[in-house]
Amino acid sequence: MRKLHFHPCGNFKESYEEELTIFETDFGRAWLLVGLAILFVVVPLFASQYTLYILNTIGIYSIAAIGLNLLIGYTGQISMGHGAFFGVGAYAAAVFYTRFGMPFWAAIPAAGVFTALVGMIFGIPSLRLKHLYLTIATLAGQFIIEYVLVQWDGVTGGAEGIPLFKATLFGIKLNSDLKFFFVIFTLLVLLTWIAVNLIRTRFGRAFVAIRDNDRAAEGMGIPIFKYKLLSFGISSFYAGLAGGLFAFYMMIITPEPFNMWLSIEFIAIIIIGGLGSITGSILGTIFIVSLSEILSLTTEVLMNLDAFAGSSISIAPLREFVFGLTIVLFIIFEPKGLAEIWRIVRSSFRLWPFSY
Amino acid sequence: MEFFLHLLVNGVSLGFLYALSALGFVMIFKSSSILNFAHGELLAFGAFLFLVLSTWAGLPIILSFVLTLLGSFLLGFVIERLFLRPLIGEDLIQVIMLTVGLATMFKGLLLFIFGGDIHQYPKFLPDELTLKFDVIEIPSVYVATFIIGLVFLLLFGLFFKYSSQGIYMRSVADNQLAAMSLGVHVRRVFALSWAIAALVAAMSGIVLGIINGINVHELSSIGLKVFPVVILGGLDSIGGAILGGIIIGLLETFTGGYISTSLREIIPYLVLIVILMVKPYGLFGLKEIERV
Repeated sequence: MRKLHFHPCGNFKESYEEELTIFETDFGRAWLLVGLAILFVVVPLFASQYTLYILNTIGIYSIAAIGLNLLIGYTGQISMGHGAFFGVGAYAAAVFYTRFGMPFWAAIPAAGVFTALVGMIFGIPSLRLKHLYLTIATLAGQFIIEYVLVQWDGVTGGAEGIPLFKATLFGIKLNSDLKFFFVIFTLLVLLTWIAVNLIRTRFGRAFVAIRDNDRAAEGMGIPIFKYKLLSFGISSFYAGLAGGLFAFYMMIITPEPFNMWLSIEFIAIIIIGGLGSITGSILGTIFIVSLSEILSLTTEVLMNLDAFAGSSISIAPLREFVFGLTIVLFIIFEPKGLAEIWRIVRSSFRLWPFSY
Repeated sequence: MEFFLHLLVNGVSLGFLYALSALGFVMIFKSSSILNFAHGELLAFGAFLFLVLSTWAGLPIILSFVLTLLGSFLLGFVIERLFLRPLIGEDLIQVIMLTVGLATMFKGLLLFIFGGDIHQYPKFLPDELTLKFDVIEIPSVYVATFIIGLVFLLLFGLFFKYSSQGIYMRSVADNQLAAMSLGVHVRRVFALSWAIAALVAAMSGIVLGIINGINVHELSSIGLKVFPVVILGGLDSIGGAILGGIIIGLLETFTGGYISTSLREIIPYLVLIVILMVKPYGLFGLKEIERV
C-alpha cells in the first residue's frame, strides 16, 4: 500500500508532474469519494421534491458554467452569448427528439455537437477581434440567435415553443425529479472530470497561454485561431448539453428564458465562483441559484404580509437589485471569487496554528 | 415618394437620438477605455429625475432641467468614485461585469420605485416649433431635440478645445502615461468624464422620454442599441458616434418600412457583426495595429 501523504507546510514540489496533480494528497481523493457517495446515496434518500428541483437546476447550470469558464476563465475570450448557446442546445435537443425521433441518450449529445458547431461559427470573429470588440460581437450573436429562435417558427414553434414528452433512458421513464437527478449529476461528474483533465493537456495549456499573452503564444508556435475556435466549440458543447438537459427537464421550451439576462447570469456565476477554476464554476452556480431561490422566497413572504399587500408588483425588482449588488460587491471585494475564499479557508486550516 | 421622405425624416430623427445617447458612452470610453453597460440606466435615471422634479414636485421646467443635469452629474461622479476607482488596472471582464452589475442594480431600483409602466411628461413644448414642408411634418419634439443637441455639441466642442479640463481629458484619452507624467490628474479626469457622460445621458433620457414616454425597460434597452452605433462610428470618435447614429437610425426605419418590422430590431446587430469583421475600428476609430 502506498504511503498516505499529508499536506506539506509549504510548496515543496520538485517536478512538473507534481505541480499538475489534481489531488495533492490521498486524503483529497478519499474525501472526493465520500462526497460522491453522499451525493448519490444519501442526498436522494432524504431530499424533498423541492430540494431535488433546486439541486437539478444547480446541476444543469453548473455544466453550462464549466463550459463558459473554459472559454472566459481559461482562454480569456469573453462571450456574452452563452445564454443563447444554452438555448440553441435546448431547441436542438427538442427538435432532434420530437421531429427526428432520436432517443434521449442520442439527442443530448447531438444537441451538444450541434451547439458546438453554432458556437464555432460565432467564434469566427475572434480571428480578427480581441477583448471588448469580441465581447460586443458575441453580444450581437446573442441577439441574432434570440431573433432566430422566435422568428423561425417552422422549426422552433415561435413564441409557443416546443412541448416534449417524457423521455426514456435504458427503458426507464424519466418522470420524476429523482430520476433526472441521477442523469444530471452523472453527466455533471463526467463533464467535470473531462474539464479538469482537459486543462492538463496540451489543449488546456494552449488555452492558458492564449489567455495570458496571445502574442507570445503565437510566437511559441500555438495556432491561436484554431485553439480559440476549439475553445468556443468546447464551451458551446457544454452549453448545448446543459441546454438539452434543461429542455427535457422543463418539458416545454419557449424562447424567453434564453435572453441576454441568462448570459449575464452565467458570467456572474463564473465571476462569483472564480475565473479559471472548475470548482469555482460549481460553487458559483450553487451561490447564484440559492441566492435567487432565497430572494424569490423572501419576495413571496413579503408579498403575503399585510403591510406589503398593496404594493405587490413593486417588490419583485428588489431581486434584480440584490443580484446586481452581489455582483458588484464580489468584483470589488473578492475579484477571484468563491474559489479563492475556499482556498484561503483551506490553507488557514492547513497552516494552523502558524499561519504566518 | 412620400413614404420614402417620411421614412427618411423618421430615420434621421431616430438616428439623431441614438447619436445623442451614444455621446456619453463614447466620452467614457475615450477617457478611460471602459465599456459601459449601464448607459441605458443612466438615461433612465435622468428621465425619471426630470419626471420627479417637473411633475411630482411641480418645479418650473427650466429649473428642473438644470437640477436634473446637476443630479446626474453628481451621480456620475459618485459611481466613478465608489465603484470604478477600486478597479483601475483590473481585467477587462471585471470592469465589464461591474457595469453590468451596476445596470442590474439601477434597473431594479428604478423598477422598484417607479414600476414598469409608461409615464408621461406634461406637454411643455410650444407648437410653433413644428416644421411643415408641404407633405412632411416634423413634430416639435424632434425640432427641439435637434436644437438642444446642436447646442450641446457646440458647447462640448468648445469645452474640449479651449477649457483646461477639456484639454486634460483629451490628453488622457490620447496617452494616459504621458498625461500623467506631465502632471494631469488622471483619476480626476476619469471622474469628470463619468460625470459629464451621466449628464449627457440624462439629457438624452429626457428627450427620449418626451418622445416615447418614460419606461425603464425601454430606456435601458436603448443602452444596448448604443453598441452598433459606436462600433460603426468608431468607439472613440464623437463625430463617428453622430454619423453612426444617423446611419443606424436610417437603416432601422428603412428596414422596418420596406422589408419587415421584425427584422428592424435585429438589423443593427447584423450590421455590427459585418463591420466588426471588415473594419473593426469603425469609420473614424483610432486604429491600433496589432497582428495577432
